[in-house]
Amino acid sequence: MTKKGLALLLVFVLLGTLALTGCGDDTPSINVYNWGDYIDMDVIRQFEKEYGIKVRYDTFATNEDLYVKLKQGGSSYDVIFPSDYMIERMTREDLLVKLDKGNIPNMSKIDEKFLNRDYDPGNEYSVPYMWGTVGIIYNKTMIDKPLTSWADLWNEEYKGQIIMLNSQRDSLAVALKKLGFSMNTRNIDELEAAKEELVRQKPLVDAYLGDDIKGVIVAGDAAIGVVWSGDAVAMIRDNPDLEYVIPSEGTNLWFDAMVIPKNAKNKEGAEKFIDFMTRPDISAKNTEYIGYSTPIPEAKELLTDEIKNSLVAYPTDEMIENTEIFKDPTDIIGEYDRIWTELTSEQ
Amino acid sequence: MKLKRFSYPYLLWLGIFVAIPLVLVLYFAFTTGDSQNFGEFQFSLDNFKRFFTPIYMKVLIRSVNLAFISTVITLILGYPMALIISKEKPSKRNMMILMFVIPMWMNFLLRTYAWLTLLGRNGLINTLITKIGLKPLDLMYNDKAVLLGMVYNFLPFMVLPIFSVLTKIDQGLIEAAEDLGASRIQTFIKVIFPLSISGVITGITMVFVPAMSTFVISSLLGGNKSSLIGNIIEQQFRYTGDWHFGSSMSIILMIFILITMGLTSKFDKDKEGGGGLW
Repeated sequence: MTKKGLALLLVFVLLGTLALTGCGDDTPSINVYNWGDYIDMDVIRQFEKEYGIKVRYDTFATNEDLYVKLKQGGSSYDVIFPSDYMIERMTREDLLVKLDKGNIPNMSKIDEKFLNRDYDPGNEYSVPYMWGTVGIIYNKTMIDKPLTSWADLWNEEYKGQIIMLNSQRDSLAVALKKLGFSMNTRNIDELEAAKEELVRQKPLVDAYLGDDIKGVIVAGDAAIGVVWSGDAVAMIRDNPDLEYVIPSEGTNLWFDAMVIPKNAKNKEGAEKFIDFMTRPDISAKNTEYIGYSTPIPEAKELLTDEIKNSLVAYPTDEMIENTEIFKDPTDIIGEYDRIWTELTSEQ
Repeated sequence: MKLKRFSYPYLLWLGIFVAIPLVLVLYFAFTTGDSQNFGEFQFSLDNFKRFFTPIYMKVLIRSVNLAFISTVITLILGYPMALIISKEKPSKRNMMILMFVIPMWMNFLLRTYAWLTLLGRNGLINTLITKIGLKPLDLMYNDKAVLLGMVYNFLPFMVLPIFSVLTKIDQGLIEAAEDLGASRIQTFIKVIFPLSISGVITGITMVFVPAMSTFVISSLLGGNKSSLIGNIIEQQFRYTGDWHFGSSMSIILMIFILITMGLTSKFDKDKEGGGGLW
């Protein structure tokens, strides 16, 4: 081979690696984009077998990651799993398509109280997948009296034992709720007051963590943490000394739901997938596996007594009376960022 | 000139993965607007103005400070290590270098995660400490843990370049110094160390640069309590979505690193190693 030929070959190899995507056969397929560790993979295989539709499955870590990926356009997903406030934003920016509810008959299985929420009135775009609360988890062997409120996270006695969430919005929500403000406030004075609270709390905080919070609390490296209810279920399974409480000041009620983006290539397949995921036996299987809470009563009935009766996963209506759902923060996100930077630039 | 043809694929590679991204970062840094709508950007220096305010200066100074300390520690630990290894017989020497490099075959993130189980309150180290009757220590989620993570992860980058320069030193020069009556310390100060400067400078550059821009180590071992400049940049891209400000901070970080490399290369009379950039 001549040197020129070799050089050309090298170019082709390079270009080839760049263009590897896009090849495929005729089997219908859908691209699904979900949170990491948020499904029982058996369910995917079962769907492929029953419907003959191949599933390409990817995962993301935050709503913001998902948003950027969707907005950039480069990839086309058929089903994605954003949370409440992100659905609100995506709808406003016209990134989603309306669902054809005739193709999703299982939607009728979902408990009324999880439908028709502010983030998607009439559920025109989304079908709830999981829901839950945010609360405090603590180790009963390390903390001798029961914790009941967000204010307990400001108790000097627990210095160095508290793990907060490494999330601008969730940690601010804790401080706002402690002060009795709405977690969706757009009032700068209230946000400033919340910042002051977080600065005051910082010397007591052991760390601000993301998913690693689970390991740290389960291992007993810290006694108190702010966690999502579904994680709490899994953590208590691993360490029965842990206790989860919904703080008395009220907390965040959240939903992760399935939606179809505008640039989806296989809307029909996507609706089949959403319907399949909403089937009670499938939802039960996922719930059993990931520990989060299903919005489908029939699915809940299929779970073990232990999970079904758990007040962590399925609080009574009374317990979640005092909750708020996040609203789209796009216009105020700069303030969150400034507050968080000011907090973390302190020694 | 025939070889020139072979450089085309590499030029293409450089273009796609170095030049274009750099131009994009520059473009973002000097504009503002909704980061997702390319068409609506406007030229602006606001991002830079915003950076030069006390709050970001504090973060920058902290980052420089930690990067500097970790570079000094890796140098103090790494130089003797490189010297000791270079004095061994070739067979043993290769073995030692191999043992040094093997941990690097493992993913950087995994190695850093491993420290969590060592340093935690119920971690291995504290379990041993409490076994012998002492009170457990707070080893995690502070600056010392971040420094430890940096030194641990970047030490090989200091040792390897110094080692490779040391092994190439002409033994005749050392023997000459000894013949002429220089003590071992004099030989080291007057002959060995000056000849190894280029390795030291490469080492310093290779440690300082990643230490300055890391965000993983400060996040995992520092518990996100005190941000480094890398964390603030990550925050702009992943959470806030202000790619313009993130890009301008990246540019400032690059300039900072270039200045540091320029300064260190002043000490390199041979203009080798990392100084070759200038």
